[in-house]
Amino acid sequence: MHELPVTQSILEITLRHAQEAGATRVTDLYLVIGQLASVVDDSVQFYWDVLSKDTIAESSRLHFRRVPAEMQCLSCGTRFPLDGDDFACPSCQGVGVKVVAGEEFFLESIEVDGGQASPPNEGGNA
Amino acid sequence: MSERISVVENIMGANDRLAEDNRARLDAAGVFAVNLMASPGAGKTSLIEQTLPRLADQLRLAVIDGDIATSIDADRAAAAGAVASVQINTGGQCHLDAVMLQQGLGQLDLSQIDLLLVENVGNLVCPADFRLGTHKSVLVASVPEGDDKPYKYPGMYRGVDALVINKTDLLPYIPFKMDYFRRGVEVLNAGLVTFPLSCKTGEGVDAWVAWIVENVQTFKR
Ligand SMILES: Nc1nc2c(ncn2[C@@H]2O[C@H](COP(=O)(O)OP(=O)(O)O)[C@@H](O)[C@H]2O)c(=O)[nH]1
Ligand SMILES: [Mg+2]
Ligand SMILES: [Zn+2]
Repeated sequence: MHELPVTQSILEITLRHAQEAGATRVTDLYLVIGQLASVVDDSVQFYWDVLSKDTIAESSRLHFRRVPAEMQCLSCGTRFPLDGDDFACPSCQGVGVKVVAGEEFFLESIEVDGGQASPPNEGGNA
Repeated sequence: MSERISVVENIMGANDRLAEDNRARLDAAGVFAVNLMASPGAGKTSLIEQTLPRLADQLRLAVIDGDIATSIDADRAAAAGAVASVQINTGGQCHLDAVMLQQGLGQLDLSQIDLLLVENVGNLVCPADFRLGTHKSVLVASVPEGDDKPYKYPGMYRGVDALVINKTDLLPYIPFKMDYFRRGVEVLNAGLVTFPLSCKTGEGVDAWVAWIVENVQTFKR
């Protein structure tokens, strides 16, 4: 739904870290997205191609690692994967659970070319 | 030479930091702020209209309205007695974010306000992901939306501090299983305080207003 501002934020973080490292080109980004984070990969990819144009991250590849949602029952402590849209505890049917995994949304790492390796793309945005 | 750089930075980090700035600004001015979220038509503006007159003699209230295009809701808040009402047009964006709230705060004289109600853009998905810096988040659900909404929009139900169930006057006409709805809420947000009410008849509104007053008093202490 809000993939545009999210993608702008990914670009800002990427360029900042790439610059700090003195990189001349960003080739790959590794993103971690929890199952419960409402982010659509294809849509991020679409905005990424548009926004990263004419930056050192142009044509870089996005890699998404999805983290499945895991819940923990507040009454009996059972940990269980989220199954369908019912969050209730499978062992005691208890309601009242907390999310222990699946809400992540961060940029884990980037792969860059540094030094004099590939010079910045001059002249064109083909 | 290819090199892997570890980043581990939260994508929402920039918004979250701004939200913290907003919070500090509200705290310094002694303004208690509430983020009202709901699907379009659930009754956010109606709830504001019901709330303002009940508080006007004890608190100075302001309203910030996030809307995709019009200023109808801010006008309704002004008519209901807000000391100030600000319209933020999000330009098509489906949620308010911390930058927009910051801009809204800039248009208010915070020293003249005790309570700020922020009406978020009608949407049950995105507003939950963008912290604003308000002190409490409240979801306004309504009976005609159906009793399955907690199951369908867990992110929204999980993150709020209170739940208003509006349009209870329609319960006799709509197949809405309150037990099923409440079970979904309990699973996602155990012990969540809820206010079943009707903005049409006014039934139940006083309990909601009492909760607001209690929170403002605790905050001011
Ligand atoms: N029957 C009934 N209608 C309501 C109630 N509260 C709001 N409405 C109606 O619902 C519609 C949407 O309300 P509004 O406050 O504009 O919703 P918002 O989009 O969430 O701000 C309006 O036509 C209201 O008159 C209620 O408690 N009962
Ligand atoms: Mg409204
Ligand atoms: Zn259990």
